[in-house]
Amino acid sequence: MDIADVSRAAARGLKRAAPALVSVILILLGWEVYVDLSGISATALPAPSRVAEQGWQARAVLAENALATLTATLSGFAVSLACAFVLSVAIDFVPLLRRALFPVFVISQTLPLVAIAPLVVLWFGFGLLPKILLVALVTFFPMLVALVDGYEATDRDITRLLRSMGAGRGQVFWRARLPSALPFFFAGLRISITYAVVAAIFAEYAGAARGLGIFILNAKNNFRPDLVLAAVFVSSALTLALFALAVLAQYMSQPWRRA
Amino acid sequence: MTLRLDDLRLTRGVTHVLDGVSLEARAAEFISILGPSGAGKSTLFELLLGSLEPDGGQISFNGQPVQGRDLFAFMPQRDALMPWRRVIDNIALGLEVQGLPRRAARERVRPLLPRFGLDGFERHWPHQLSGGMRQRAALARTLVQDRPLLLLDEPFGALDALTRTRMQRWLEARLQETRVTTLLVTHDVREAVALSDRIYLLSPRPARVVEVFDVPQPRPRMETGPGEEALALETRILRTLLEGERE
Ligand SMILES: Nc1ncnc2c1ncn2[C@@H]1O[C@H](COP(=O)(O)OP(=O)(O)OP(=O)(O)O)[C@@H](O)[C@H]1O
Ligand SMILES: [Mg+2]
Repeated sequence: MDIADVSRAAARGLKRAAPALVSVILILLGWEVYVDLSGISATALPAPSRVAEQGWQARAVLAENALATLTATLSGFAVSLACAFVLSVAIDFVPLLRRALFPVFVISQTLPLVAIAPLVVLWFGFGLLPKILLVALVTFFPMLVALVDGYEATDRDITRLLRSMGAGRGQVFWRARLPSALPFFFAGLRISITYAVVAAIFAEYAGAARGLGIFILNAKNNFRPDLVLAAVFVSSALTLALFALAVLAQYMSQPWRRA
Repeated sequence: MTLRLDDLRLTRGVTHVLDGVSLEARAAEFISILGPSGAGKSTLFELLLGSLEPDGGQISFNGQPVQGRDLFAFMPQRDALMPWRRVIDNIALGLEVQGLPRRAARERVRPLLPRFGLDGFERHWPHQLSGGMRQRAALARTLVQDRPLLLLDEPFGALDALTRTRMQRWLEARLQETRVTTLLVTHDVREAVALSDRIYLLSPRPARVVEVFDVPQPRPRMETGPGEEALALETRILRTLLEGERE
């Protein structure tokens, strides 16, 4: 993998993103024109130009809060990934675990975040821990399912072949089941990372010292929808960047798919 | 050296698959197992490899029950190349499983690539190969394991007629160089007659051995094409197969 490869891929990505970019620009234009013509007040619906201007003036505060959100997202997601991986391996070797644990996890996915977030903050305070827990709550199970299903998708002939070569359970896992799960893993990763940002912001909204969530709450209470929207744009940009990172990681880790 | 399958019986779920299959392979023999689709040919290999246990009957090697799996080099019905391994690493897979480090395993198989027509393709990924090349890579992966018995499950079934003939010739030549005991599962009567010392004909499911044919013709056979005796044998086998289906 060299620089030329990466820049070629980037160029391809840009070309594919062009239609989406055009439609986003058109929406923003339409919005701007509507605010201009209707004369709606800026405290109800600020124009994109105003959002951009106010956001730029508040850039230092926004950056500081975005960094806090990014920290919460990444640490929560890292914890979630590590747990999902360890447990997926355990489940693959001890199928009984799956039947014991999956119902519990399914129930955990039915909990409404709005109700849970304030409780978790109440129990664990305004620090990093409640954010990690909430991000993990949202992303852990999808990642676990992606991995476990991925192992199951291993070609039976490949398993049989490895067995005939004298491979034990561990080698079969390492040489066949784990690589077979990669596409599933990355599909899960791309989706989960976007949920992770939303979960982090939710956790901050329920109570935090810093973060885009608390920034949004304060801006709303001060009747500053322009700043609310500026923070929303920052969080979208953050999500898109993480999504792109996940795509890049997939691209880098599966060289056979780009040859 | 003798491998014996003795009266193997097996039911998979509700399907009665094997109804007492017996066969024998001696040192350096080439044995074909010929039978209609779904008869239980692949199942027979699964029993040999120990991924299934028979309900009845036994498998023995030199009079001892077969235990452990380091007797067979197996080529599955589909090539089962790992898409995430380069061609050379797919071929070296068996050596790595046996504990050889990747670099050493590569060095061991590299000199063999030209004989398999894969020279210059070692760094490719499997999906970049043609169907025939994939089969050759899978065969190479099977042969480098250096096991006393080869189990080939329809190695050329998925190939077009021309490539298949080319591959059969090529396999015959390889086996001339090193006479390794081989069990070949196939649908292809001509292939069986051209390559085998002995052919076991299976009935439709539940499988029994309907008839055993010896093929005494001198080798190599593929170069010249089937002679009169071989053609007569092909006709007999085909007739038996078709009669079996009518029953
Ligand atoms: N995993 C399985 N579970 C239950 N039944 C199976 C399984 N695999 C195969 N069978 C059944 O066993 C029978 C024999 O299958 P097998 O794959 O051995 O046939 P075959 O002779 O190799 O056929 P083909 O020539 O089409 O490859 C089939 O009827 C099939 O339905
Ligand atoms: Mg089969």
